[in-house]
Amino acid sequence: MTTELRTAGASERGNWTTWLRTRLTRMVPPGQALPDRQPAYVASWIYVFGVASIAALLAVLLTGAWLALGGATWWHVSNLGHFVNSMHLWSTELFFVFMVLHLWGQFWMAAWRGRRTLTWVTGVIAFLASIGTAFTGYLSQSNFDAQWISTQAKDGLNAVAIGAWFNVLNPAQMLLWHVVLLPLAVGLIVLVHVILVRRHGVVPPIDAEQDRPERAVADEGRH
Amino acid sequence: MTTFSTVLAAAPSGHYVQWGVISISVTNLAIIGGMLVLFVLALLVPFPRGPHDRSGGGEQR
Repeated sequence: MTTELRTAGASERGNWTTWLRTRLTRMVPPGQALPDRQPAYVASWIYVFGVASIAALLAVLLTGAWLALGGATWWHVSNLGHFVNSMHLWSTELFFVFMVLHLWGQFWMAAWRGRRTLTWVTGVIAFLASIGTAFTGYLSQSNFDAQWISTQAKDGLNAVAIGAWFNVLNPAQMLLWHVVLLPLAVGLIVLVHVILVRRHGVVPPIDAEQDRPERAVADEGRH
Repeated sequence: MTTFSTVLAAAPSGHYVQWGVISISVTNLAIIGGMLVLFVLALLVPFPRGPHDRSGGGEQR
């Protein structure tokens, strides 16, 4: 009986489990996590570049994991290693092309409107983190190109006083930034970005009819 | 006999476009030009509609 009372009391007051469950449940409006219909204005190629960026990012992560399994001697000498290495490079190129086109599209339609500031900011952070990830990738090729880039970059990074803990002349440190820390950062911030897009909905064009009142009410307090 | 590595070592470092303080490789310039073309096409080319789409478009929120 004591146990039952304690359980009921905890449920009424709430604990971290109920708090987390409530937060997860209310993270996006009901039915908006994976919607199968979109507003009419989304029927435009300009809205495709966001999900194209995610598709390219998945290809980057998969080919990167494959390269990590094979190792430098594999990707430098074997035909399959060359192929996967090239897939990693070109999926990265496509990731940046799609991400920049997505950025242009969202910038010119002022995608931070309608309480979407945090969505915009997380996109900016994802872009900057991706640049850092690509940079450490160039430093992790284990070839003369990587050596050249690192010696060119060291002076600039030392000039802004971060060379002591982000040392581009340390290949092992750069490799770990590239395969552990920065992919985690990019993956997490992209996840938050996508959740925020689902939470607030896709931004309408500037001249389109604004969200209906019920959507605005649903967005109250969602940041 | 010319080996592959010799060809690579002798390969030119690429052509560059110089315009005042701006210096950019032709390859990068072509990529940026291609991105601009793709962006304009995305704005102008009509998006295909599926057979189940309503005439007025999708869900209105």
